[in-house]
Amino acid sequence: MGLHLEFEVLGDNFSSAGTASEEVKRKLKHLGIGSEDVRRVAIAMYEGEMNMVIHAGGGRAIVDIYLDRIEIELVDKGAGIPDIELAMTPGYSTAKESVRCLGFGAGMGLPNMKKYTDKMEIQSVVGEGTTVKMTAFFH
Amino acid sequence: MKISTIKDILNAEVIVPARDMDAEVNLACASDMMSDVLAFVKDQAVLLTGLCNPQVIRTAGMMDMKCVVLVRGKRPDPLMAKLAEEYDIALLASSCHMYVACGLLYEGGLRPVKGC
Repeated sequence: MGLHLEFEVLGDNFSSAGTASEEVKRKLKHLGIGSEDVRRVAIAMYEGEMNMVIHAGGGRAIVDIYLDRIEIELVDKGAGIPDIELAMTPGYSTAKESVRCLGFGAGMGLPNMKKYTDKMEIQSVVGEGTTVKMTAFFH
Repeated sequence: MKISTIKDILNAEVIVPARDMDAEVNLACASDMMSDVLAFVKDQAVLLTGLCNPQVIRTAGMMDMKCVVLVRGKRPDPLMAKLAEEYDIALLASSCHMYVACGLLYEGGLRPVKGC
């Protein structure tokens, strides 16, 4: 049995963005997971959470923590990603100038999420939304 | 390098002190793009930035950084300061420009995060 957590991620609320990732980071620390694992999971989820805030008007984060791994599912009803391969290219971003001024939209979000997790799947339908599933094993 | 030494070298004001201002910082990273910062996982680092919003502290917090220096005389808003306190991150403000701040810390012996 694992620990199940769900979070509502508010869209366009830049100040509160990241609070779900903070909560997951706290939980993992509390469970005694190694600091390197905690950090990479926190970063991957934070990038995903920021993506939902910036691009999709928010969404839901569903997190399951098991003894050996964490599974994170990020579900949004945003515009969808027309070309996932292109979106995965480091440096590629469709973020607006207003978002770039806030320090995001460097085109490193999805590459960072892939880099810091052991498995990442993206399912996206244009006009319907995107689901990102990430799994990270604890070392 | 100690956080207190960074403060002295940059002639910085302490906006929010860390519980241990003599904690060691081993590496430095300078950027206004938070996703670039997040691309390099290292703890015990200091972040130098000209960006001034709560996500700077969240980014530093996710990475277990010890210290954030706002350059070019930027001042944090109350939420930013509150988050720094929660994360136990020293929040400093210096009137130095980014290039100068980096140069001074490098000269003092602080090295970059690899790849940053």
